[in-house]
Amino acid sequence: MKVQDLVDALNLKVISGAQGLDREVDGCYVSDLLSDVMGNADMNNVWVTLQTHKNVMAIASLKELACVIFVKGLMAAEEVIEQSNEEGIPLLSTNMQTYEVVGKLYNILNA
Amino acid sequence: MHLEYTVVEGDFVNAGIASSSVKKTLKQLNVNPAVIKRVVVALYEAEVNAIAHAYGGKVLVDIDPQKICMTVADKGPGIPDIALAMQEGYSTARPEVRDMGFGAGMGLPNMQKNVDRLNVTSEVNKGTTVEMEVYFQ
Ligand SMILES: Nc1ncnc2c1ncn2[C@@H]1O[C@H](COP(=O)(O)OP(=O)(O)OP(=O)(O)O)[C@@H](O)[C@H]1O
Ligand SMILES: [Mg+2]
Repeated sequence: MKVQDLVDALNLKVISGAQGLDREVDGCYVSDLLSDVMGNADMNNVWVTLQTHKNVMAIASLKELACVIFVKGLMAAEEVIEQSNEEGIPLLSTNMQTYEVVGKLYNILNA
Repeated sequence: MHLEYTVVEGDFVNAGIASSSVKKTLKQLNVNPAVIKRVVVALYEAEVNAIAHAYGGKVLVDIDPQKICMTVADKGPGIPDIALAMQEGYSTARPEVRDMGFGAGMGLPNMQKNVDRLNVTSEVNKGTTVEMEVYFQ
């Protein structure tokens, strides 16, 4: 499964980092607590969160996550978008709430 | 090999720069990826604590063929009760820092879980020094 497959299946908006859409996806981590993600997310995970500031990209990069999905149509600041483009880690957005998008992700990733 | 970085109080935008640089260096040195992951988690948490809870500080890193030694030293308010601070869930993070998703009280536990040796020393109103070692084998 690639990030692009999730974008297509869930109709996600690609905010930035499009060159990383061919990154491999393996599992998902859902949390808005940064140390929780730092300690427990795995490489190639999709990260679903409502945090949109610069540290999100720092963590996504350090942990080599597949992509970040912002819920509720949230947007990232310019500096965050820049880093996503530099690192090729896609930032994606959905209008869905966490519950809804994670439910769908669960079905897709466990199919 | 010796590396040094400076972290600045409240400068969350640059949090992770030392960890990211050390990660690159270890990759170039062909260190086991599983070991690099542990180093990165621990150093990031120490870096963020110096930014969030102290008045910034210094990150000193020494890499030799067997291990990496990391020291994050700040001139901050210090930690009155280190055993309490080490407990998962304990945090004195300010509301605006919590709003960013920090303050779960998981940083020090993350360091503990990921390094082979952790030593935290602190003096109230003077500062805190976190020393960590990770062995490559
Ligand atoms: N460098 C430091 N200077 C002063 N106090 C510190 C320092 N590092 C940690 N502390 C104290 O220890 C507590 C626990 O630290 P820890 O990193 O485990 O959690 P946190 O930083 O509060 O939240 P999280 O790391 O989960 O975002 C902090 O809330 C703070 O009170
Ligand atoms: Mg912390």
